[in-house]
Amino acid sequence: MTPDASPHITAGASPPAADIKAEKMLQPSQPQQPAPPPDTTASAPPSAASIVKQGPQVRLQALRAFYGSAEQVKGVDLEFPANKVTAIIGPSGCGKSTMVRCINRMHEEIPGARAEGKVLLDDIDLYDSSVDVIAVRRAIGMVFQKPNPFPTMSIYDNVASGLRLSGIGRGELRGKVESALRSAGLWEEVADRLSEPGMGLSGGQQQRLCIARSLAVDPEVLLMDEPCSALDPIATLKIEELIATLKQRVTIVIVTHNMQQAARVADRTAFMLSGEMVEVGPTQEIFTTPNDPRTEEYVTGKFG
Amino acid sequence: MSAHGATPNRIERFAVSPRRRRSDKLARALVLTGTIIALIPLVLVIYYLLHEGLKAWSPHFFTTDPTGNTFFKNSDIGGIRSAMLGTIEMVALASLIAVPIGIGVAVWLVEYGKGHWFAQLVRFFVDVLTGVPSIVFGLFIYIVLIIGTGSTFAGYKGALALSLLMLPVITRSAEVVLLLVPNALRESALALGAERWKVIFRIVLPTAVSGLVTGVLLAIARAAGETAPLLFTSGATNKTSSNLGEFMNSLPVQIYNDVISPTQSVVNRAWGAALTLVVLILILNLVARLVSRRSRLA
Repeated sequence: MTPDASPHITAGASPPAADIKAEKMLQPSQPQQPAPPPDTTASAPPSAASIVKQGPQVRLQALRAFYGSAEQVKGVDLEFPANKVTAIIGPSGCGKSTMVRCINRMHEEIPGARAEGKVLLDDIDLYDSSVDVIAVRRAIGMVFQKPNPFPTMSIYDNVASGLRLSGIGRGELRGKVESALRSAGLWEEVADRLSEPGMGLSGGQQQRLCIARSLAVDPEVLLMDEPCSALDPIATLKIEELIATLKQRVTIVIVTHNMQQAARVADRTAFMLSGEMVEVGPTQEIFTTPNDPRTEEYVTGKFG
Repeated sequence: MSAHGATPNRIERFAVSPRRRRSDKLARALVLTGTIIALIPLVLVIYYLLHEGLKAWSPHFFTTDPTGNTFFKNSDIGGIRSAMLGTIEMVALASLIAVPIGIGVAVWLVEYGKGHWFAQLVRFFVDVLTGVPSIVFGLFIYIVLIIGTGSTFAGYKGALALSLLMLPVITRSAEVVLLLVPNALRESALALGAERWKVIFRIVLPTAVSGLVTGVLLAIARAAGETAPLLFTSGATNKTSSNLGEFMNSLPVQIYNDVISPTQSVVNRAWGAALTLVVLILILNLVARLVSRRSRLA
């Protein structure tokens, strides 16, 4: 894990300088090469109970997002490598959430909002006119800031809701619910009270219930929009451990205000400012030897 | 000021001033008096309803139609069966028409029409309709379906007048309740890959059901107690009918006709009918509460 960032420390265990440079040059302007970036961080050892699966790679190309005429995301090129956790950091209102909401096309649900540019899931452009948003959202799950279980549903029904709402997996519903709850690390805590209301759980459990709900439909990518900001440190720790396990089966994008959290969970970190992608790279690089002075100021707490 | 000295008036610094104590007492007394004054008519209404209404109640009262034979002291005036069943039939039909349309309009306003000029227009007309006196709805149906078609009074025409009356009440209350459903629930359902209509039917409406039921009950209670829209649409009759195309009796019209009678037993029947109306609505209320228990929103 990365210690608290200090701009004067040069990275200890970093890959050759050329690699970093090559990677950092990929943004923000020119279109990216499809080649996956070098694996600069060691991935976590496989955990016993988890499913290992090849997730897709997500690439943003010249992505712009608007609310009415206001441009909130101003042409971002960014790559989310498969089966890695990428953290998006940046001050409030810099467009992190908007950008992430463009990935599963939730941005356009807001009246007056629209997006331009490309979001590529492996090689498929999710903004192609032939693409069905419903299918996009089934492939790309999302966990929101505040835990929001469906208030009319039991724990079981909450997890099953995604499957039922999309009319799939009727047959082995129970098995899928159990496996989703296990993946979310909640099974032991709720196994004997599946029929109780989901709202009866604690905040941290509710958030893991929401993660289970997302996992039940078997997404390939999981977007997390400040998933721990409403949780206490213990609950946060559990979610972070969960993220480390889940990346073996999904590609994870996490928006966070908490830089320690980014340092703990993310393989790569991207820093956004005023709708622009300032810098992206392996988490350790961003926190210890950032290229851009603005990144350095932000990660050392000079603003934001 | 010596901050640490244990002066004798140390506690007095924080004591409630006598003036504030007095004004607090006065304000509390005023609020309580207001509440009691407001309760007096309510209690009196319930008392008189029970006191006078129960006199008329008997098995005979509920199982026979009014005879219309009210001029002689010892003649059998009959009961209120036709009025009771007529009210139930017409209100049921009116609800069948107004509930889906009213909730449908509210769903459109909240889920699809946000910020749309047409939604503003609809909202404006719904507000206007809420303020229209009930007799105007009766008049409208009278002109269109009775004068206009040259036909007679009929139960379904009364029901239509009632549904017009219910429509704005249901729409308005449903819109308010649907707006209360947190947007986060819609978003997370959409993010799970659910179509919008499924989000509405599986998430939004179930979450709001209790509030929707409250609005519908208010509308039903109002419709069931209306005389004016029925006077010249369904008319008044003595016999029980299950044919909505015929004249149909109803509790409010029965009360209206009975209460102006010079015969005491007929006036008593009006009280009995009024109590019946209140009890019917109460039963409906309880049943609906039981059914909608699962919802979490008020």
